[in-house]
Amino acid sequence: MAVAGVLHARVDARRYQTNAATRESPWVKRLILGLALAFFALFLLMPLIAVFAEAFRKGWFTYVTALSDPDALAAVRLTLLIAAIAVPLNLVFGVAAAWAIAKFEFRGKRFLTTLIDLPFSVSPVIAGLIFVLLFGAQGWFGEWLFEHDVKIVFAVPGLVLATIFVTFPFVARELIPLMEAQGREEEEAAVVLGANGFQLFWRVTLPNIKWGLLYGVILCNARAMGEFGAVSVVSGHIRGQTNTLPLHVEILYNEYNFSAAFAVASLLALLAMVTLGLKSFIEWKANRNAPTVGAI
Amino acid sequence: MSVAPFFNPTRQTRVLPGFHLALGYTLVYLSLIVLIPLAAVFITSATLSWSEFWAVVSSPRVVATYKLSFGASLLAGAINTVFGLMLAWALVRYSFPGKKLIDALVDLPFALPTAVAGIALTALYAGNGWIGSLLEPLGIKVAFTPLGVLVALVFIGVPFVVRTVQPILEDLETELEEAAASLGANRWQTFTRVLLPVLLPALLTGFALAFARAVGEYGSVIFIAGNIPMISEITPLIIITKLEQYDYVGATAVAVVMLVFSFIMLLAINLLQAWSAKRTGRDR
Repeated sequence: MAVAGVLHARVDARRYQTNAATRESPWVKRLILGLALAFFALFLLMPLIAVFAEAFRKGWFTYVTALSDPDALAAVRLTLLIAAIAVPLNLVFGVAAAWAIAKFEFRGKRFLTTLIDLPFSVSPVIAGLIFVLLFGAQGWFGEWLFEHDVKIVFAVPGLVLATIFVTFPFVARELIPLMEAQGREEEEAAVVLGANGFQLFWRVTLPNIKWGLLYGVILCNARAMGEFGAVSVVSGHIRGQTNTLPLHVEILYNEYNFSAAFAVASLLALLAMVTLGLKSFIEWKANRNAPTVGAI
Repeated sequence: MSVAPFFNPTRQTRVLPGFHLALGYTLVYLSLIVLIPLAAVFITSATLSWSEFWAVVSSPRVVATYKLSFGASLLAGAINTVFGLMLAWALVRYSFPGKKLIDALVDLPFALPTAVAGIALTALYAGNGWIGSLLEPLGIKVAFTPLGVLVALVFIGVPFVVRTVQPILEDLETELEEAAASLGANRWQTFTRVLLPVLLPALLTGFALAFARAVGEYGSVIFIAGNIPMISEITPLIIITKLEQYDYVGATAVAVVMLVFSFIMLLAINLLQAWSAKRTGRDR
Protein backbone atom coordinates (compact mmCIF):
# COMPACT_ATOMS: atom_id res chain seq x y z
CA MET A 1 0.00 0.00 0.00
CA ALA A 2 2.93 2.37 0.33
CA VAL A 3 3.96 4.21 -2.75
CA ALA A 4 7.68 4.43 -2.13
CA GLY A 5 8.79 2.31 -5.00
CA VAL A 6 7.19 3.05 -8.29
CA LEU A 7 9.63 3.35 -11.13
CA HIS A 8 8.38 6.17 -13.26
CA ALA A 9 9.64 8.24 -16.15
CA ARG A 10 9.76 11.99 -15.59
CA VAL A 11 8.46 14.30 -18.28
CA ASP A 12 9.92 17.61 -19.34
CA ALA A 13 8.18 20.53 -17.63
CA ARG A 14 8.83 22.92 -20.51
CA ARG A 15 6.03 21.51 -22.62
CA TYR A 16 3.51 22.81 -20.07
CA GLN A 17 5.05 26.28 -19.92
CA THR A 18 5.07 26.84 -23.69
CA ASN A 19 1.39 25.89 -23.98
CA ALA A 20 -1.08 28.70 -23.19
CA ALA A 21 -3.72 26.20 -22.12
CA THR A 22 -1.56 24.50 -19.50
CA ARG A 23 0.26 27.36 -17.81
CA GLU A 24 -0.79 29.64 -15.01
CA SER A 25 -0.39 33.41 -14.84
CA PRO A 26 3.10 34.31 -13.56
CA TRP A 27 1.97 35.35 -10.08
CA VAL A 28 -0.09 32.17 -9.57
CA LYS A 29 2.92 30.15 -10.63
CA ARG A 30 5.15 32.06 -8.23
CA LEU A 31 2.66 31.52 -5.39
CA ILE A 32 2.39 27.73 -5.96
CA LEU A 33 6.12 27.35 -6.38
CA GLY A 34 6.82 29.52 -3.33
CA LEU A 35 4.44 27.61 -1.08
CA ALA A 36 5.63 24.21 -2.32
CA LEU A 37 9.29 25.10 -1.81
CA ALA A 38 8.64 26.68 1.60
CA PHE A 39 6.84 23.49 2.69
CA PHE A 40 9.73 21.42 1.37
CA ALA A 41 12.33 23.53 3.16
CA LEU A 42 10.43 23.61 6.45
CA PHE A 43 9.53 19.93 6.71
CA LEU A 44 12.24 18.08 4.78
CA LEU A 45 15.36 20.17 4.27
CA MET A 46 15.65 21.78 7.70
CA PRO A 47 15.38 18.54 9.73
CA LEU A 48 18.08 17.00 7.54
CA ILE A 49 20.41 19.99 7.98
CA ALA A 50 19.64 20.08 11.72
CA VAL A 51 20.98 16.53 12.16
CA PHE A 52 24.41 17.48 10.82
CA ALA A 53 24.47 20.90 12.48
CA GLU A 54 23.75 19.39 15.89
CA ALA A 55 26.22 16.55 15.31
CA PHE A 56 29.11 18.95 14.70
CA ARG A 57 28.04 21.60 17.22
CA LYS A 58 30.83 20.64 19.62
CA GLY A 59 33.39 20.02 16.90
CA TRP A 60 35.08 17.11 15.21
CA PHE A 61 36.67 15.71 18.33
CA THR A 62 33.34 15.10 20.12
CA TYR A 63 31.93 13.71 16.89
CA VAL A 64 34.69 11.16 16.40
CA THR A 65 34.70 10.26 20.10
CA ALA A 66 30.97 9.54 20.00
CA LEU A 67 31.34 7.29 16.96
CA SER A 68 34.36 5.38 18.26
CA ASP A 69 32.68 4.58 21.57
CA PRO A 70 32.57 0.77 22.05
CA ASP A 71 28.78 0.82 22.56
CA ALA A 72 28.33 2.76 19.32
CA LEU A 73 30.53 0.30 17.43
CA ALA A 74 28.60 -2.62 18.92
CA ALA A 75 25.39 -0.95 17.71
CA VAL A 76 26.84 -0.58 14.20
CA ARG A 77 27.80 -4.27 14.14
CA LEU A 78 24.38 -5.37 15.41
CA THR A 79 22.54 -3.19 12.87
CA LEU A 80 24.65 -4.61 10.03
CA LEU A 81 24.08 -8.17 11.29
CA ILE A 82 20.30 -7.74 11.47
CA ALA A 83 20.13 -6.26 7.96
CA ALA A 84 22.41 -9.03 6.65
CA ILE A 85 19.90 -11.64 7.84
CA ALA A 86 16.58 -9.87 7.23
CA VAL A 87 17.23 -8.45 3.76
CA PRO A 88 18.30 -11.73 2.01
CA LEU A 89 15.37 -13.61 3.58
CA ASN A 90 12.88 -11.03 2.33
CA LEU A 91 14.66 -10.95 -1.03
CA VAL A 92 14.16 -14.70 -1.55
CA PHE A 93 10.57 -14.41 -0.39
CA GLY A 94 9.96 -11.43 -2.70
CA VAL A 95 11.22 -13.30 -5.77
CA ALA A 96 9.19 -16.43 -4.92
CA ALA A 97 6.01 -14.47 -4.23
CA ALA A 98 6.38 -12.37 -7.40
CA TRP A 99 7.07 -15.48 -9.51
CA ALA A 100 3.90 -17.19 -8.25
CA ILE A 101 1.69 -14.09 -8.44
CA ALA A 102 2.94 -12.48 -11.65
CA LYS A 103 3.52 -15.53 -13.84
CA PHE A 104 0.54 -17.75 -12.93
CA GLU A 105 -3.22 -17.47 -12.58
CA PHE A 106 -4.87 -18.84 -9.46
CA ARG A 107 -7.81 -18.07 -7.23
CA GLY A 108 -7.28 -15.63 -4.35
CA LYS A 109 -4.37 -13.90 -6.06
CA ARG A 110 -5.55 -10.35 -5.26
CA PHE A 111 -6.20 -11.36 -1.66
CA LEU A 112 -2.71 -12.82 -1.35
CA THR A 113 -1.21 -9.59 -2.72
CA THR A 114 -3.14 -7.61 -0.10
CA LEU A 115 -1.93 -9.93 2.68
CA ILE A 116 1.68 -9.39 1.58
CA ASP A 117 1.18 -5.63 2.00
CA LEU A 118 -0.27 -6.10 5.48
CA PRO A 119 2.91 -5.32 7.48
CA PHE A 120 2.98 -1.82 5.94
CA SER A 121 -0.36 -0.98 7.52
CA VAL A 122 0.46 -2.35 10.96
CA SER A 123 1.96 0.04 13.53
CA PRO A 124 5.63 -0.79 14.22
CA VAL A 125 4.82 -1.04 17.91
CA ILE A 126 2.36 -3.86 17.15
CA ALA A 127 5.03 -5.53 14.98
CA GLY A 128 7.16 -5.75 18.11
CA LEU A 129 4.27 -6.69 20.38
CA ILE A 130 3.31 -9.79 18.40
CA PHE A 131 6.72 -11.38 18.95
CA VAL A 132 6.59 -10.56 22.67
CA LEU A 133 3.20 -12.30 22.81
CA LEU A 134 4.66 -15.38 21.13
CA PHE A 135 8.13 -15.62 22.62
CA GLY A 136 8.13 -13.38 25.72
CA ALA A 137 8.28 -14.75 29.30
CA GLN A 138 4.45 -14.72 29.49
CA GLY A 139 4.06 -15.65 25.82
CA TRP A 140 2.77 -18.80 24.14
CA PHE A 141 6.19 -20.39 23.80
CA GLY A 142 7.74 -18.52 26.75
CA GLU A 143 7.88 -21.45 29.15
CA TRP A 144 9.22 -23.90 26.58
CA LEU A 145 11.92 -21.44 25.48
CA PHE A 146 12.90 -20.80 29.12
CA GLU A 147 13.23 -24.54 29.84
CA HIS A 148 15.41 -25.00 26.78
CA ASP A 149 17.42 -21.87 27.52
CA VAL A 150 16.60 -20.18 24.22
CA LYS A 151 16.29 -16.40 24.24
CA ILE A 152 14.34 -14.72 21.46
CA VAL A 153 12.77 -11.61 22.97
CA PHE A 154 15.29 -9.16 24.49
CA ALA A 155 17.91 -10.90 22.34
CA VAL A 156 19.14 -10.78 18.75
CA PRO A 157 16.61 -13.31 17.27
CA GLY A 158 13.70 -11.10 18.38
CA LEU A 159 15.30 -8.05 16.76
CA VAL A 160 15.75 -10.02 13.53
CA LEU A 161 12.14 -11.29 13.56
CA ALA A 162 10.69 -7.82 14.17
CA THR A 163 12.88 -6.40 11.39
CA ILE A 164 11.82 -9.14 8.96
CA PHE A 165 8.19 -8.33 9.75
CA VAL A 166 8.41 -4.59 9.10
CA THR A 167 10.47 -5.00 5.90
CA PHE A 168 8.46 -8.00 4.68
CA PRO A 169 6.70 -6.45 1.62
CA PHE A 170 9.48 -4.27 0.16
CA VAL A 171 10.98 -6.59 -2.49
CA ALA A 172 7.72 -8.40 -3.31
CA ARG A 173 5.71 -5.24 -3.92
CA GLU A 174 8.42 -3.88 -6.22
CA LEU A 175 8.66 -7.07 -8.28
CA ILE A 176 4.97 -8.04 -8.61
CA PRO A 177 3.85 -5.11 -10.83
CA LEU A 178 7.14 -5.19 -12.76
CA MET A 179 6.91 -8.91 -13.56
CA GLU A 180 3.18 -8.66 -14.30
CA ALA A 181 3.90 -5.92 -16.84
CA GLN A 182 6.60 -8.02 -18.49
CA GLY A 183 4.27 -10.98 -19.04
CA ARG A 184 5.52 -14.51 -19.53
CA GLU A 185 6.28 -14.76 -23.27
CA GLU A 186 10.06 -14.56 -22.83
CA GLU A 187 10.12 -17.26 -20.16
CA GLU A 188 7.77 -19.47 -22.17
CA ALA A 189 10.01 -19.12 -25.22
CA ALA A 190 13.01 -20.15 -23.11
CA VAL A 191 11.17 -23.24 -21.86
CA VAL A 192 10.19 -24.20 -25.42
CA LEU A 193 13.84 -23.82 -26.40
CA GLY A 194 14.79 -26.29 -23.68
CA ALA A 195 15.94 -24.14 -20.76
CA ASN A 196 15.71 -25.72 -17.32
CA GLY A 197 14.37 -23.80 -14.33
CA PHE A 198 17.78 -22.63 -13.20
CA GLN A 199 18.81 -21.34 -16.66
CA LEU A 200 15.41 -19.75 -17.06
CA PHE A 201 15.77 -17.73 -13.89
CA TRP A 202 19.42 -16.67 -14.31
CA ARG A 203 19.40 -15.95 -18.04
CA VAL A 204 15.88 -14.64 -18.71
CA THR A 205 14.03 -13.51 -15.58
CA LEU A 206 16.86 -12.04 -13.51
CA PRO A 207 18.24 -9.74 -16.24
CA ASN A 208 14.72 -8.41 -16.76
CA ILE A 209 14.02 -7.67 -13.11
CA LYS A 210 17.46 -6.68 -11.85
CA TRP A 211 16.75 -2.96 -11.45
CA GLY A 212 13.40 -3.51 -9.77
CA LEU A 213 15.03 -6.09 -7.51
CA LEU A 214 17.85 -3.74 -6.55
CA TYR A 215 15.34 -0.96 -5.91
CA GLY A 216 13.38 -3.17 -3.53
CA VAL A 217 16.53 -4.36 -1.77
CA ILE A 218 17.77 -0.82 -1.20
CA LEU A 219 14.48 0.33 0.32
CA CYS A 220 14.26 -2.87 2.37
CA ASN A 221 17.79 -2.34 3.67
CA ALA A 222 17.16 1.31 4.61
CA ARG A 223 14.13 0.33 6.66
CA ALA A 224 15.90 -2.68 8.20
CA MET A 225 18.78 -0.53 9.42
CA GLY A 226 16.59 2.36 10.53
CA GLU A 227 13.65 0.60 12.17
CA PHE A 228 12.94 1.93 15.62
CA GLY A 229 9.45 1.19 17.00
CA ALA A 230 9.33 -2.55 16.40
CA VAL A 231 12.87 -3.28 17.60
CA SER A 232 12.39 -0.97 20.57
CA VAL A 233 9.63 -3.28 21.88
CA VAL A 234 11.66 -6.51 21.57
CA SER A 235 15.12 -5.14 22.38
CA GLY A 236 15.22 -4.77 26.14
CA HIS A 237 17.82 -2.01 25.53
CA ILE A 238 20.89 -3.85 26.79
CA ARG A 239 23.87 -1.65 25.92
CA GLY A 240 26.46 -3.32 23.75
CA GLN A 241 24.20 -6.36 23.23
CA THR A 242 20.71 -5.60 21.94
CA ASN A 243 21.10 -1.97 20.97
CA THR A 244 20.79 -1.18 17.29
CA LEU A 245 21.92 2.21 15.94
CA PRO A 246 18.47 3.88 16.18
CA LEU A 247 18.05 2.56 19.74
CA HIS A 248 21.53 3.82 20.62
CA VAL A 249 20.47 7.26 19.39
CA GLU A 250 17.49 7.14 21.75
CA ILE A 251 19.57 6.11 24.75
CA LEU A 252 22.15 8.86 24.21
CA TYR A 253 19.38 11.41 23.67
CA ASN A 254 17.53 10.41 26.84
CA GLU A 255 20.81 10.76 28.76
CA TYR A 256 20.98 14.38 27.49
CA ASN A 257 24.13 13.47 25.57
CA PHE A 258 22.79 15.39 22.56
CA SER A 259 26.01 15.80 20.57
CA ALA A 260 26.71 12.07 20.70
CA ALA A 261 23.08 11.25 19.86
CA PHE A 262 23.21 13.47 16.78
CA ALA A 263 26.64 12.14 15.80
CA VAL A 264 25.24 8.59 15.67
CA ALA A 265 22.06 9.94 14.03
CA SER A 266 24.19 11.58 11.32
CA LEU A 267 25.47 8.12 10.33
CA LEU A 268 21.86 7.05 9.79
CA ALA A 269 21.07 10.27 7.93
CA LEU A 270 24.05 9.56 5.67
CA LEU A 271 22.65 6.09 5.03
CA ALA A 272 19.30 7.69 4.11
CA MET A 273 20.99 10.04 1.63
CA VAL A 274 22.97 7.20 0.04
CA THR A 275 19.69 5.26 -0.23
CA LEU A 276 17.95 8.17 -1.97
CA GLY A 277 20.93 8.66 -4.27
CA LEU A 278 20.96 5.01 -5.31
CA LYS A 279 17.19 5.09 -5.72
CA SER A 280 17.40 8.04 -8.12
CA PHE A 281 20.24 6.34 -9.99
CA ILE A 282 18.19 3.15 -10.43
CA GLU A 283 15.15 5.13 -11.61
CA TRP A 284 17.32 6.89 -14.18
CA LYS A 285 18.97 3.65 -15.26
CA ALA A 286 15.71 1.68 -15.49
CA ASN A 287 14.00 4.42 -17.50
CA ARG A 288 16.95 4.82 -19.84
CA ASN A 289 17.14 1.09 -20.53
CA ALA A 290 13.45 0.55 -21.00
CA PRO A 291 11.53 3.79 -21.45
CA THR A 292 8.40 1.85 -22.38
CA VAL A 293 8.07 0.28 -18.94
CA GLY A 294 8.39 3.68 -17.33
CA ALA A 295 4.80 3.83 -16.17
CA ILE A 296 4.62 0.56 -14.31
CA MET B 1 -1.16 -13.95 -22.40
CA SER B 2 -3.80 -14.97 -24.94
CA VAL B 3 -4.05 -18.70 -25.49
CA ALA B 4 -4.93 -20.12 -28.89
CA PRO B 5 -8.72 -20.31 -29.31
CA PHE B 6 -8.95 -24.11 -29.30
CA PHE B 7 -7.73 -24.16 -25.70
CA ASN B 8 -10.34 -23.69 -23.03
CA PRO B 9 -9.40 -20.16 -21.88
CA THR B 10 -10.44 -20.81 -18.28
CA ARG B 11 -8.14 -23.81 -17.97
CA GLN B 12 -4.64 -22.67 -18.65
CA THR B 13 -1.74 -25.05 -19.09
CA ARG B 14 1.28 -24.11 -17.02
CA VAL B 15 4.36 -24.06 -19.19
CA LEU B 16 6.62 -22.33 -16.67
CA PRO B 17 8.15 -24.31 -13.83
CA GLY B 18 8.12 -23.66 -10.11
CA PHE B 19 4.53 -22.64 -9.45
CA HIS B 20 3.91 -24.99 -6.54
CA LEU B 21 7.33 -24.38 -5.01
CA ALA B 22 7.03 -20.59 -5.25
CA LEU B 23 3.44 -20.42 -4.01
CA GLY B 24 4.06 -22.93 -1.24
CA TYR B 25 7.11 -21.05 -0.01
CA THR B 26 5.20 -17.74 -0.17
CA LEU B 27 2.31 -19.11 1.89
CA VAL B 28 4.52 -20.76 4.51
CA TYR B 29 6.75 -17.69 4.96
CA LEU B 30 3.74 -15.35 5.03
CA SER B 31 2.04 -17.52 7.66
CA LEU B 32 5.11 -17.83 9.87
CA ILE B 33 6.18 -14.19 9.80
CA VAL B 34 2.90 -12.29 9.43
CA LEU B 35 -0.34 -14.24 9.80
CA ILE B 36 0.31 -16.45 12.84
CA PRO B 37 2.02 -13.69 14.87
CA LEU B 38 -0.83 -11.27 14.07
CA ALA B 39 -3.37 -13.93 15.06
CA ALA B 40 -1.62 -14.05 18.43
CA VAL B 41 -2.90 -10.53 19.13
CA PHE B 42 -6.52 -11.53 18.58
CA ILE B 43 -6.23 -14.84 20.45
CA THR B 44 -4.48 -13.24 23.44
CA SER B 45 -7.11 -10.50 23.64
CA ALA B 46 -9.81 -13.21 23.62
CA THR B 47 -8.74 -14.18 27.14
CA LEU B 48 -10.52 -10.98 28.22
CA SER B 49 -14.30 -10.93 28.55
CA TRP B 50 -16.08 -8.33 26.44
CA SER B 51 -16.67 -6.04 29.42
CA GLU B 52 -13.03 -6.30 30.52
CA PHE B 53 -11.91 -5.58 26.97
CA TRP B 54 -14.23 -2.60 26.78
CA ALA B 55 -13.00 -1.29 30.13
CA VAL B 56 -9.40 -1.28 28.84
CA VAL B 57 -10.02 0.25 25.43
CA SER B 58 -12.47 2.91 26.71
CA SER B 59 -10.56 4.06 29.80
CA PRO B 60 -10.18 7.86 29.82
CA ARG B 61 -6.40 7.81 29.35
CA VAL B 62 -6.67 5.47 26.33
CA VAL B 63 -9.55 7.45 24.80
CA ALA B 64 -7.45 10.62 25.14
CA THR B 65 -4.75 8.93 23.03
CA TYR B 66 -7.27 8.03 20.29
CA LYS B 67 -8.41 11.63 20.12
CA LEU B 68 -4.85 12.88 19.74
CA SER B 69 -3.64 10.11 17.38
CA PHE B 70 -6.66 10.21 15.07
CA GLY B 71 -7.19 13.99 15.27
CA ALA B 72 -3.55 14.88 14.61
CA SER B 73 -3.30 12.24 11.86
CA LEU B 74 -6.40 13.56 10.08
CA LEU B 75 -5.07 17.11 10.26
CA ALA B 76 -1.59 16.03 9.13
CA GLY B 77 -3.15 14.11 6.22
CA ALA B 78 -5.13 17.21 5.22
CA ILE B 79 -2.04 19.44 5.36
CA ASN B 80 -0.11 16.89 3.31
CA THR B 81 -2.90 16.72 0.73
CA VAL B 82 -2.85 20.48 0.11
CA PHE B 83 0.91 20.97 0.11
CA GLY B 84 1.59 17.58 -1.46
CA LEU B 85 -0.53 18.57 -4.44
CA MET B 86 1.36 21.87 -4.76
CA LEU B 87 4.70 20.09 -4.54
CA ALA B 88 3.68 17.45 -7.09
CA TRP B 89 2.35 20.20 -9.36
CA ALA B 90 5.59 22.18 -9.10
CA LEU B 91 7.71 19.07 -9.76
CA VAL B 92 5.73 18.08 -12.86
CA ARG B 93 4.89 21.44 -14.42
CA TYR B 94 7.59 23.95 -13.51
CA SER B 95 11.31 24.08 -14.14
CA PHE B 96 13.41 25.48 -11.32
CA PRO B 97 16.96 25.04 -10.06
CA GLY B 98 17.55 22.04 -7.81
CA LYS B 99 14.43 20.28 -9.03
CA LYS B 100 16.05 16.84 -9.34
CA LEU B 101 17.46 17.10 -5.83
CA ILE B 102 14.12 18.16 -4.38
CA ASP B 103 12.36 15.36 -6.25
CA ALA B 104 14.76 12.82 -4.72
CA LEU B 105 14.52 14.34 -1.21
CA VAL B 106 10.71 14.05 -1.19
CA ASP B 107 11.25 10.40 -0.21
CA LEU B 108 13.43 11.40 2.77
CA PRO B 109 10.76 10.40 5.33
CA PHE B 110 10.81 6.86 3.88
CA ALA B 111 14.60 6.63 4.08
CA LEU B 112 15.43 8.57 7.25
CA PRO B 113 15.04 6.43 10.39
CA THR B 114 12.12 7.71 12.42
CA ALA B 115 14.20 8.17 15.59
CA VAL B 116 16.54 10.48 13.67
CA ALA B 117 13.61 12.48 12.33
CA GLY B 118 12.21 12.65 15.84
CA ILE B 119 15.28 14.14 17.50
CA ALA B 120 15.94 16.48 14.54
CA LEU B 121 12.40 17.90 14.67
CA THR B 122 12.66 18.26 18.45
CA ALA B 123 15.92 20.17 18.10
CA LEU B 124 14.33 22.49 15.50
CA TYR B 125 11.12 23.19 17.41
CA ALA B 126 12.40 23.28 21.01
CA GLY B 127 12.39 26.71 22.67
CA ASN B 128 16.06 27.26 21.79
CA GLY B 129 15.84 25.66 18.31
CA TRP B 130 16.01 27.42 14.92
CA ILE B 131 12.24 27.44 14.44
CA GLY B 132 11.15 27.16 18.07
CA SER B 133 13.03 30.33 19.05
CA LEU B 134 11.11 32.25 16.35
CA LEU B 135 7.74 30.91 17.50
CA GLU B 136 8.32 31.27 21.25
CA PRO B 137 8.00 35.11 21.31
CA LEU B 138 4.63 34.67 19.55
CA GLY B 139 3.47 32.44 22.38
CA ILE B 140 3.46 29.30 20.21
CA LYS B 141 5.00 26.22 21.79
CA VAL B 142 5.47 23.26 19.45
CA ALA B 143 7.87 20.81 21.09
CA PHE B 144 6.38 18.78 23.96
CA THR B 145 2.79 19.76 23.04
CA PRO B 146 0.13 18.17 20.77
CA LEU B 147 1.30 20.62 18.09
CA GLY B 148 4.65 18.80 18.11
CA VAL B 149 2.83 15.53 17.38
CA LEU B 150 1.22 17.23 14.36
CA VAL B 151 4.59 18.47 13.05
CA ALA B 152 6.10 14.97 13.25
CA LEU B 153 3.10 13.43 11.51
CA VAL B 154 3.22 16.00 8.70
CA PHE B 155 6.90 15.14 8.19
CA ILE B 156 6.37 11.38 7.84
CA GLY B 157 3.34 11.87 5.55
CA VAL B 158 4.96 14.14 2.93
CA PRO B 159 5.85 11.51 0.29
CA PHE B 160 2.48 9.75 0.22
CA VAL B 161 0.40 12.44 -1.50
CA VAL B 162 3.26 13.65 -3.72
CA ARG B 163 4.05 10.15 -4.98
CA THR B 164 0.43 9.17 -5.66
CA VAL B 165 -0.48 12.41 -7.44
CA GLN B 166 2.77 12.95 -9.38
CA PRO B 167 2.44 9.99 -11.84
CA ILE B 168 -1.23 10.85 -12.52
CA LEU B 169 -0.27 14.48 -13.28
CA GLU B 170 2.51 13.31 -15.59
CA ASP B 171 0.21 11.02 -17.55
CA LEU B 172 -2.49 13.66 -17.92
CA GLU B 173 -3.04 14.60 -21.57
CA THR B 174 -2.72 18.32 -22.24
CA GLU B 175 -5.67 17.98 -24.62
CA LEU B 176 -8.05 18.04 -21.65
CA GLU B 177 -6.89 21.49 -20.63
CA GLU B 178 -6.66 22.69 -24.22
CA ALA B 179 -10.29 21.69 -24.77
CA ALA B 180 -11.34 23.46 -21.58
CA ALA B 181 -9.42 26.60 -22.55
CA SER B 182 -10.82 26.65 -26.08
CA LEU B 183 -14.34 26.38 -24.65
CA GLY B 184 -13.66 29.56 -22.69
CA ALA B 185 -12.81 28.22 -19.22
CA ASN B 186 -10.33 30.25 -17.24
CA ARG B 187 -7.44 28.54 -15.46
CA TRP B 188 -9.25 28.25 -12.13
CA GLN B 189 -12.35 26.73 -13.75
CA THR B 190 -10.18 24.28 -15.67
CA PHE B 191 -8.51 23.28 -12.43
CA THR B 192 -11.65 22.83 -10.32
CA ARG B 193 -13.92 21.35 -13.01
CA VAL B 194 -11.52 19.37 -15.21
CA LEU B 195 -8.29 18.56 -13.37
CA LEU B 196 -9.51 18.15 -9.80
CA PRO B 197 -12.09 15.45 -10.64
CA VAL B 198 -9.35 13.45 -12.39
CA LEU B 199 -6.90 13.94 -9.51
CA LEU B 200 -9.42 13.42 -6.72
CA PRO B 201 -9.08 9.62 -6.33
CA ALA B 202 -5.27 9.90 -6.22
CA LEU B 203 -5.47 12.76 -3.72
CA LEU B 204 -7.80 10.73 -1.50
CA THR B 205 -5.55 7.66 -1.81
CA GLY B 206 -2.52 9.73 -0.80
CA PHE B 207 -4.48 11.21 2.09
CA ALA B 208 -5.60 7.77 3.26
CA LEU B 209 -2.04 6.38 3.04
CA ALA B 210 -0.61 9.33 5.00
CA PHE B 211 -3.43 9.11 7.57
CA ALA B 212 -3.04 5.35 8.08
CA ARG B 213 0.72 5.65 8.46
CA ALA B 214 0.39 8.58 10.89
CA VAL B 215 -1.97 6.76 13.26
CA GLY B 216 0.55 3.96 13.79
CA GLU B 217 3.66 6.15 13.82
CA TYR B 218 5.86 5.94 16.90
CA GLY B 219 9.55 6.81 16.46
CA SER B 220 9.33 10.32 15.08
CA VAL B 221 6.56 11.35 17.49
CA ILE B 222 7.72 10.28 20.95
CA PHE B 223 10.71 12.62 21.10
CA ILE B 224 8.82 15.78 20.20
CA ALA B 225 5.51 14.91 21.92
CA GLY B 226 6.61 15.16 25.54
CA ASN B 227 4.29 12.20 26.22
CA ILE B 228 2.19 13.82 28.95
CA PRO B 229 -0.73 11.50 29.85
CA MET B 230 -4.13 12.87 28.72
CA ILE B 231 -2.42 15.68 26.73
CA SER B 232 0.31 14.56 24.35
CA GLU B 233 0.31 10.78 24.58
CA ILE B 234 -0.28 8.80 21.34
CA THR B 235 -1.97 5.38 21.04
CA PRO B 236 1.16 3.37 20.06
CA LEU B 237 2.90 4.77 23.15
CA ILE B 238 0.11 3.54 25.45
CA ILE B 239 0.79 0.01 24.14
CA ILE B 240 4.47 0.39 25.08
CA THR B 241 3.55 1.84 28.49
CA LYS B 242 1.28 -1.11 29.24
CA LEU B 243 3.95 -3.57 28.12
CA GLU B 244 6.51 -1.94 30.41
CA GLN B 245 4.06 -2.46 33.30
CA TYR B 246 3.79 -6.16 32.26
CA ASP B 247 0.12 -5.57 31.38
CA TYR B 248 0.36 -7.76 28.26
CA VAL B 249 -3.38 -8.29 27.94
CA GLY B 250 -4.11 -4.56 28.24
CA ALA B 251 -1.50 -3.77 25.60
CA THR B 252 -3.03 -6.43 23.35
CA ALA B 253 -6.55 -5.01 23.76
CA VAL B 254 -5.41 -1.57 22.54
CA ALA B 255 -3.47 -3.30 19.73
CA VAL B 256 -6.68 -5.00 18.58
CA VAL B 257 -8.38 -1.62 18.25
CA MET B 258 -5.46 -0.33 16.17
CA LEU B 259 -5.32 -3.47 14.02
CA VAL B 260 -9.04 -3.36 13.23
CA PHE B 261 -8.57 0.27 12.21
CA SER B 262 -5.58 -0.73 10.01
CA PHE B 263 -7.63 -3.43 8.25
CA ILE B 264 -10.43 -0.96 7.55
CA MET B 265 -7.91 1.55 6.14
CA LEU B 266 -6.28 -1.17 4.01
CA LEU B 267 -9.67 -2.03 2.52
CA ALA B 268 -10.50 1.64 1.96
CA ILE B 269 -7.15 2.25 0.26
CA ASN B 270 -7.62 -0.75 -2.04
CA LEU B 271 -11.05 0.54 -3.06
CA LEU B 272 -9.66 4.06 -3.60
CA GLN B 273 -6.83 2.72 -5.78
CA ALA B 274 -9.30 0.71 -7.86
CA TRP B 275 -11.40 3.86 -8.28
CA SER B 276 -8.32 5.88 -9.18
CA ALA B 277 -7.28 3.32 -11.80
CA LYS B 278 -10.77 3.40 -13.32
CA ARG B 279 -11.00 7.21 -13.28
CA THR B 280 -7.66 7.77 -14.96
CA GLY B 281 -7.73 4.71 -17.20
CA ARG B 282 -4.46 3.44 -15.74
CA ASP B 283 -4.59 -0.30 -15.94
CA ARG B 284 -3.31 -1.51 -12.58
